[in-house]
Amino acid sequence: MEGSVNLQLSAKNVGVFEAFCNTAKPIQIINSTIEMVKPGKLPSGKTEIPFEFPLQMKGNKVLYETYHGVFVNIQYMLRCDMRRSLLAKDLTKTCEFIVHSLSQKGKLLPSPVDFTITPETLQNVKERASLPKFLIRGHLNSTNCVITQPLTGELVVESAEAAVKSIELQLVRVETCGCAEGYARDATEIQNIQIADGDICRGLPIPIHMVFPRLFTCPTLETTNFKVEFEVNIVVLLHDDHLITENFPLKLCRM
Amino acid sequence: MSVCVDVGYASFLVCGYLYAYILSPHSYFLRHARARNYVSESEMCKLESIPLDFGDYHPLKPITVTESKTKKMTRKGSTSSTSSSSSSSMMDPLSSVLDGTDPLSLFAAAADPVTTAPSTDGARRKRDKDESSAVGSDFEPWSSKRGEILARYTTTEKLSINLYMGSEKGKATTTGSAVSEKVRTRLEELDDLEEGSQKELLNLTQQDYMNRIEELNQSLKDAWSSDQKVKALKIVIQCSKLLSDTTVIQFYPSKFVLITDILDTFGKLVYERILSMCVDNRVSLPDNFSPESVNDTAKETCLNWFFKIASIRELIPRFYVEAAILKCNKFLSKTGISECLPRLTSMIRGIGDPLVAVYARAYLCRVGMEVAPQLKESLNKNFFDFLLTFKQIHGDTVQNQLVVQCVEIPLYLTLYSPAIDWILQCIAYHAPDVLLTEMMERCKKLGNNALLLNSVMSAFRAEFIAARSMDFIAMIKECDESGFPKHLLFRSLGLNLALADPPENDRLQILNEAWKVITKLKNPQDYINCAEVWVEYTCRHFTKREVNTVLADVIKHMTPDRAFEDAYPQLQSIIQKVITYIYDFALLFSVEKFLPFLDMFQKESVRVEVCKCIMESFIKHQQESTKDPVILNALLHICKTMHDSVNALTLEDEKRMLATLINGFIKMVSFGRDFEQQLSFYVEARSMFCNLEPVLVQLIHSVNQLAMETRRVMKGNHSRKTAAFVRACVAFCFITIPSLSSIFTRLNLYLHSGQVALANQCLSQADAFFKAAVSLVPEVPKMISVDGKMRPSDAFLLEFLCNFFSTLLVVPDHPEQGVLFLVRGLLNVIQDYTWEDNSDDKVRIYTNVLHLLSAMTQETFIYHVDKVDSNDTLYGGDSKFLAEINKLSETVVSQILDHLKTLGKEETLKRQSQLAHYFFNTILAHGDLRNNRLNQLSVNLWNLAQKHGFADTKTMVKTLEYIKRRSKQPEMSHFTDLALRLPLQSRT
Repeated sequence: MEGSVNLQLSAKNVGVFEAFCNTAKPIQIINSTIEMVKPGKLPSGKTEIPFEFPLQMKGNKVLYETYHGVFVNIQYMLRCDMRRSLLAKDLTKTCEFIVHSLSQKGKLLPSPVDFTITPETLQNVKERASLPKFLIRGHLNSTNCVITQPLTGELVVESAEAAVKSIELQLVRVETCGCAEGYARDATEIQNIQIADGDICRGLPIPIHMVFPRLFTCPTLETTNFKVEFEVNIVVLLHDDHLITENFPLKLCRM
Repeated sequence: MSVCVDVGYASFLVCGYLYAYILSPHSYFLRHARARNYVSESEMCKLESIPLDFGDYHPLKPITVTESKTKKMTRKGSTSSTSSSSSSSMMDPLSSVLDGTDPLSLFAAAADPVTTAPSTDGARRKRDKDESSAVGSDFEPWSSKRGEILARYTTTEKLSINLYMGSEKGKATTTGSAVSEKVRTRLEELDDLEEGSQKELLNLTQQDYMNRIEELNQSLKDAWSSDQKVKALKIVIQCSKLLSDTTVIQFYPSKFVLITDILDTFGKLVYERILSMCVDNRVSLPDNFSPESVNDTAKETCLNWFFKIASIRELIPRFYVEAAILKCNKFLSKTGISECLPRLTSMIRGIGDPLVAVYARAYLCRVGMEVAPQLKESLNKNFFDFLLTFKQIHGDTVQNQLVVQCVEIPLYLTLYSPAIDWILQCIAYHAPDVLLTEMMERCKKLGNNALLLNSVMSAFRAEFIAARSMDFIAMIKECDESGFPKHLLFRSLGLNLALADPPENDRLQILNEAWKVITKLKNPQDYINCAEVWVEYTCRHFTKREVNTVLADVIKHMTPDRAFEDAYPQLQSIIQKVITYIYDFALLFSVEKFLPFLDMFQKESVRVEVCKCIMESFIKHQQESTKDPVILNALLHICKTMHDSVNALTLEDEKRMLATLINGFIKMVSFGRDFEQQLSFYVEARSMFCNLEPVLVQLIHSVNQLAMETRRVMKGNHSRKTAAFVRACVAFCFITIPSLSSIFTRLNLYLHSGQVALANQCLSQADAFFKAAVSLVPEVPKMISVDGKMRPSDAFLLEFLCNFFSTLLVVPDHPEQGVLFLVRGLLNVIQDYTWEDNSDDKVRIYTNVLHLLSAMTQETFIYHVDKVDSNDTLYGGDSKFLAEINKLSETVVSQILDHLKTLGKEETLKRQSQLAHYFFNTILAHGDLRNNRLNQLSVNLWNLAQKHGFADTKTMVKTLEYIKRRSKQPEMSHFTDLALRLPLQSRT
């Protein structure tokens, strides 16, 4: 049995961090071997051999949840080797198994966020004068989310001079790999959900609702070597192709 | 009479000797016709009358299983002709399966101890209960709206379908998501290439578009059945994406209908698939299963579907697809649906286009009603949400769009109707009045609410609306002119009032108020659509005066510029409504504007259709015959119209239909004792309807009946006046019959009319009929057309001739013509007629003539016509008369024997045997066998019949038994000898 974290750098960062790249070696979390059958002959026919492993971490490492990201991979494998006599090749079979951490104890404290977006709240705007006026208000019920529960909230376009074309929720995963030399931070969009299509009615709250995709999310991870974090962007696209984005970091956990 | 008696003896070597015998005594046949005493014979032959017991058995009664059960049931069954349905509380397992209950639930019901006793009834009741928890039959289903919408919202503009099967790239490039856009797009393009199914179809006509959608529906099913679930999902997503496209907006409602069909298919497929995964040990889940009984695999699959759908990027497809599989929530949790519905409802708020949103709401309500009709709240919420967004309709975005598409506001607003109607219908279903009142109040508060008002009127209960008609009229009046078309509002109100009655006191005022507005409508189409509906209300509650006014108004509006030409369906429906409510025709035709109204139907086909409707109604409702000149004139006019539409291209069925209607009318006309008036009516009718043969036939029958009626009234003693009248009737028939084309109709009518003339002592007229019939016989073709197929005519001819001969018995000879001139004439015609080469019909007729001739020799004939002296009285058994008959019979017999001779060939022996036997029977019945020669002739015939072994032994034995039995009767002792002389040939 073997468990490891693989860190890989995105194409974007190659070059800048080439040196660093080489240092990003897999971190082994767990590794143990047991002998299942003593040397000898197996009876003919199907033989089933029961086995069990204690999940004992190496040193003071933590047992992370299985996670397959673009730059960070946490994978647990079982490998069975059958050594045979000189004339025959050894047989090997590997198989991945999934680790889900137990739900964390304690109650998740809801952390509601209210937000207001106006031209004034925006950063990195070059010509603020050319912006149409708008007022968008809303709230997220909590930025501390249970991974099996949807992200919820509400959003109201109180006023907008330009017509709204679309409002989307963008779930972004931020993977950070780092060590002594520095770190690399990569964001990937993993899901984009449209919550409004067209010029919606002013003053009418529209629901924010997003189910976390099962294969691309895991509880937020923060370790010394790498981080997996999530953020949600509320993207408002106006008809004159103005793109307004509001970012909210999320903390996912399993309850 | 020229009967040829030159016989070629050489031709029948085989039985030559026999004929030598037969030929000699033939002349003695009828001289020795058996004297008959018809009265005593009939006494003797009468069957013993047995009283019939109708109680238990009737052969025409349908067989039901219950018959054997109780006497009481059976009685009931025999009185009603539909006993099978009346007593269908049956136990028949087959029919109960056909009944709609599937075998499994039947089995389940049977296993249920409570419902075992009346098994099927129980199952049915159970099913009913299930439905009532769902939706009852009083809920107008979507399927009935479907067609209406498709027919109403059409377009001539070009449509396009955009399908990106590969991925959901869609508008991704334009909407511009932030991260790694390039990579994503590139990957997606690769996907697209793999799938190779990016499609963009432009410039489709509406029909093409519908076909494409149907193709997609099919490919969805195919993909599903070939286990390509992902492809199926993609198809559904792409289809529902089409619903976000509002170009060619006037087609949107129809597009919605088409695409939601696909969604329904998909929802059903998914549900059934998951349901089939729940089958444990071949026991499928009951209808109302609980989530606990669903196994984990099924749950997981179901959950997967929901996850997959939750990740659909775009809002509209995500909404529609999730709504489509809403029912699957049942597998996951009990409260799943009740949690989902509100969420989906508020999700719709994100749809910006108000039209797209309202249709999304309609779909959600539709699915909701189907899956969980008990959840009313989300229905209401949908409607309230819609009211909140109502102001959007008049917002800039929408207005700009309309300008681009060149669509007028009133037209645009009507696009909402189907969706709002549907939502309100769902809400109003079994809803308390309080709720409806609240809804109404809410609608009232909004500005420019005509659209809502209209939907309220079409969706809510008619009784509810009718009770508040005055309020509605007031509200309609307040509506803005530029918005939703007002005539549609009045139309909707009218539709309600046609179904339910408003309060008694308001009725007239309602009509006045409504009509005041309707009459001001400028556009004839709008006007007629409204008027059509309100006519029903008027007919229902008011007298002919108001109906007349309304009709007059319609005429006034529709006449200018020949506007009626575009409104035939509506005008037709007005007529139909009027005659449904006013079916007293005297009253109907006293509505002065009714006939002028009919004049508006100037296109012939429509005109005839309308006439048909009126005539059908007349035939259905008119109970007693009439002589009302108003009705007669009007209906004659209408019938004339129908008749005049007949031309060379008219179909047979159409003609038959028209003729039936006209006949129905003719039968209903009666002037009572004023026979002359009646006859002149028939004369007029004949001149009017000369192109429809069945009508002429009916007229001839009617006139004949009239003559017989006159006779009955005069008790057989015509006065001078009535005699002249009857002769007029006869003359009518005589000159009408030749105009018919069917030869057998003519023959039979000649005979029939002749009989009537005879009965009315019009002897020379009767002679004329019979002569005409005789001279017509040679024209009978070999083949005639019966029901469109060609059939040989001989059977018909044979039947007619027999009938004719029977009549001729009582026809007295004309003093200036020779003895029996009609019989002779007919025989001549038969002789000259070209019969089929291999048929014996001629001889059969001759044999039958022998029956007639023997009857003529009797002292008193078997039947007479009252007050007509037949030949028996005229000649009083004069020997010259008898000699004539004998001469005639001689010739006939010789003809028969000649024919028998020609049948001596190998292949015709069977026919010879049959004919010989037939002739033998004739002699046996009518001949006096005490005469030796005749006796010998019969013996010879007997032998001939048996000679070649073609005789049916059974018949022969029976015949012989009969002779023996007869011989025991008094004065029949000579039969004993005869029997001895008749050997029975045994088959070797």
